Amino acid sequence: MRARMLLNDFEPTVICKASKMAPTSGNNPSPSINLVIAGHVDHGKSTLIGRLLHDTNSLAEGKMAAVKAMSERRGMPLEYAFLLDALQAERDQGITIDTTQVLFNSEKRSYLIIDAPGHKEFLKNMISGAAQADAGVIVIDVEEGIQEQSRRHCYLLRLLGLKELIIVVNKMDLIEYSQRIFDHLKKHIIEYLSEIDLVCKAVVPISARDGQGLIDLSEKMPWYTGASFMDTLDQLPEANSTNHLPARLPVQDVYKFDDRRIIAGRIESGTLKIGDELLFTPSNKRAAIESFEAWNATSQKTKAIAGESVGIILNEEIFIERGHIASLSTDAPIETNVFRGKVFWIGNKPIIAGDRLKIKIGTAEHTSEVQSIENKIDLSSLEAIDADLLEKNDIGEVVFRTKSTVALDSFEKNHRIGRFVLIDEYETVGGGIVSMQGYADQRGLYDVTSKNIMAVSSRVDINAREAYNGHKGGIIWLTGLSGAGKSTIAMEAEHQLFSKGYQVNVLDGDNIRFGLSADLGFSPEDRTENIRRIGEVAKLFAEAGILVITAFISPYKQDRDRIRAIAGDIFHEVFIEADIEICENRDPKGLYVKARNGEISDFTGISAPYEKPRNPELIIDTGDQGIGESTTKLLSYIDEKFSI
Amino acid sequence: MLFATPIILVAMDRLDTLEAQSIYILREAYAKFDQLGLLWSLGKDSNVMVWLAKKAFFGHIPFPLLFCDTGKKFPEMYEFQKKFTAEWDIKLIVEECPPIEEIDPTLPPASRSAARKTEALKRLIKKKNFQSVIAGIRRDEEGTRAKERVFSPRGTDAEWNFKQQPPEFWDQYKTDFPAGTHIRVHPILAWTELDIWRYIKREHIPVVPLYFSNKGKRYRSLGDHDITFPVSSSASNVDEIISELESTKIAERSGRAMDHESENAFERLRTDGYM
Ligand SMILES: Nc1nc2c(ncn2[C@@H]2O[C@H](COP(=O)(O)OP(=O)(O)OP(=O)(O)O)[C@@H](O)[C@H]2O)c(=O)[nH]1
Ligand SMILES: [Mg+2]
Repeated sequence: MRARMLLNDFEPTVICKASKMAPTSGNNPSPSINLVIAGHVDHGKSTLIGRLLHDTNSLAEGKMAAVKAMSERRGMPLEYAFLLDALQAERDQGITIDTTQVLFNSEKRSYLIIDAPGHKEFLKNMISGAAQADAGVIVIDVEEGIQEQSRRHCYLLRLLGLKELIIVVNKMDLIEYSQRIFDHLKKHIIEYLSEIDLVCKAVVPISARDGQGLIDLSEKMPWYTGASFMDTLDQLPEANSTNHLPARLPVQDVYKFDDRRIIAGRIESGTLKIGDELLFTPSNKRAAIESFEAWNATSQKTKAIAGESVGIILNEEIFIERGHIASLSTDAPIETNVFRGKVFWIGNKPIIAGDRLKIKIGTAEHTSEVQSIENKIDLSSLEAIDADLLEKNDIGEVVFRTKSTVALDSFEKNHRIGRFVLIDEYETVGGGIVSMQGYADQRGLYDVTSKNIMAVSSRVDINAREAYNGHKGGIIWLTGLSGAGKSTIAMEAEHQLFSKGYQVNVLDGDNIRFGLSADLGFSPEDRTENIRRIGEVAKLFAEAGILVITAFISPYKQDRDRIRAIAGDIFHEVFIEADIEICENRDPKGLYVKARNGEISDFTGISAPYEKPRNPELIIDTGDQGIGESTTKLLSYIDEKFSI
Repeated sequence: MLFATPIILVAMDRLDTLEAQSIYILREAYAKFDQLGLLWSLGKDSNVMVWLAKKAFFGHIPFPLLFCDTGKKFPEMYEFQKKFTAEWDIKLIVEECPPIEEIDPTLPPASRSAARKTEALKRLIKKKNFQSVIAGIRRDEEGTRAKERVFSPRGTDAEWNFKQQPPEFWDQYKTDFPAGTHIRVHPILAWTELDIWRYIKREHIPVVPLYFSNKGKRYRSLGDHDITFPVSSSASNVDEIISELESTKIAERSGRAMDHESENAFERLRTDGYM
């Protein structure tokens, strides 16, 4: 019966002109601005959008009648939010569950309006919508003021990359359009936004339900001197393209459907042209663009810009796979296996150190371990507070360590490649933006400054060496405070291993400092360089099939991490643990005394930091066991890992 | 040479942006799922999708197209299918829809009729073990479709759990899911009806002639002949359709009976696995 009625609705067809429709720009309408409407639950986001669509005559015929019927059936006054809340459950509960998108044309341009749910339970849906936004509006109920989700949404939008927001103060009808109350709230809003480094583009008083201040200025608020909501939107700048950023093309796939080998992917930023030499990270292979391929194209493409999904043929057949990032060789992404992320956590279980998560960046997927939770943001005070875990809906800083080398950018430099998504088994549990603060690009370690050298590959392969030696080669990297027992354990282990037939060699502080690193002092830079040299030397030994044991304080985590990055699986970090008091009591070389007296500066543990390893392969606590026991522990580890 | 040739950047317009995004989505689906098929309903939207797939894979669509045959399509649609299966070099899998008697009798009549298609699709998914099915739905068609994800997981009985949709952001789609469930991929979710026609015009994509006005009526949306109705229109070519759509206030699916049988009739259909 109803079906019949509705069929009659469109006979005869009435073609009516919309009053405030966008000028139809021929066949090439420009991309629209993606605008998210966010804010606390029930503050009137969906109503605002619904009313905007209604007042601009943007709705299809029959739509308002349907919404009227839905409202009446529920015994409520006309509910504009029902225009957006399409799910029965949403209307029954009067709450938005999932995000939705509608295209809307003002006189000036078109918008993709993203309605975000405000309820805490649905933050994951809010993010799903908000992550696409070029611009944002936060709706605040004038009676309720800034609430928890108003804060969280503002903070998240800032984290997602927005620099400015429009604030709408809604339900002005409830306070009889009082300027005094509005001004008071406005002050608070501006303060809060500036604290999180957001520019407040405008604070617009409206009544969404009654259509006041939306399209035109409201007669009920003659005191308001700003622009109406829609005029405020129309003043937003166009969305930025990413053409000016360094070129990044994450490889999506390599196709061989016919005799062409096509590298497929979308240019996330920058531009590419035929002849450009591409560097693929992390494989570090290079080749130049020979052509852009396309099906049914009218002309041969010679260049491509950000946002295009391209197919490239290279001038050389190098090994490339999904996940690699192509860039110009002059401006490549960072290579690292450790980075810091500002994370929003939406998993049901909290995230803690030691968690194993899949990380997606661009088209790459990496297995990673949570090295540490650094802090959590308190959204009221905006302070970063110490935390061991992030619970659902928390925001905080987390350090990740990946198994293999990852190509990425810091979010600041290139937001398209500087962001990641976290997966736990089947579920998306969080996302974040990359900060490299405190961590070095490891690319320098592979890159060679001098150009005219060639790696020579040995004709003796590693398996042959291992078979000959009867064990694998590798690096046992001892780290710990002076006096913790590194040298003693190293020498004792070397002795015992040698008598068991091991090819073994100890690199110790003093023999290196007198020779290889005689030119270096103890400043942080010199220490870093010292450790780099030792790492390279240790790697050469290890590659020759020898088991190398190093005994250096190596206080900086990032220096040790770099060696892990150069050496890979053959690197075994062993933490020789002993409290500073114990070491100071032992003081075999009398150095602690001198350091305390100020005779030695930059002394680790006293006047220079020691950064404990977070996930070493082995921990040997020498505080409460003798050298014999400690050595035995090391030897059984070596036995397990290095025997063949 | 004194001056290097400046590179002139031609900005992407809306259709370029939509095309690039859809191609990206299709390639993601193909990279992630071995068992993959694309629903070709023969309508304008699915033709655009086939076209986009041709572009995404440089002329070779590396997965089969699926057609759930209700036996009640218009003759023009079957003709179109025959012609372009050959012309576009398509690997086609046809699944007959079960008779109406096998469908839940508590559904309103048009919904019940439409649900035959869902049932055929479910059987096809089981039979071929599909991990993923690509469907040409769009957000602007209908409210519950507007709430969809690009990669939308379906349960063991193809059901849509709209209250528990996975987060989806930064074009990182859900690709991890338990065996026995599948993912609906929606490459043209962001397109509007007008975008579809402008793209058809730009690319010269063939469509079933029923879309063009005949004796003052044309179809805006094509389904089974017994539950789809034409609208009054004089638009007899793509350009005229575009200018009609630029000003019309009539909803695209107003001629689809099953959308309007009750407040949530279409939602119910979709929750059960309809596209
Ligand atoms: N008095 C008054 N009520 C309003 C106004 N705007 C919205 N409301 C009412 O506030 C309630 C919540 O509105 P919604 O639009 O659903 O709120 P929302 O922000 O979309 O809520 P969620 O999406 O669930 O977070 C509804 O009952 C609206 O009718 C307004 O300007 N004045
Ligand atoms: Mg809402």
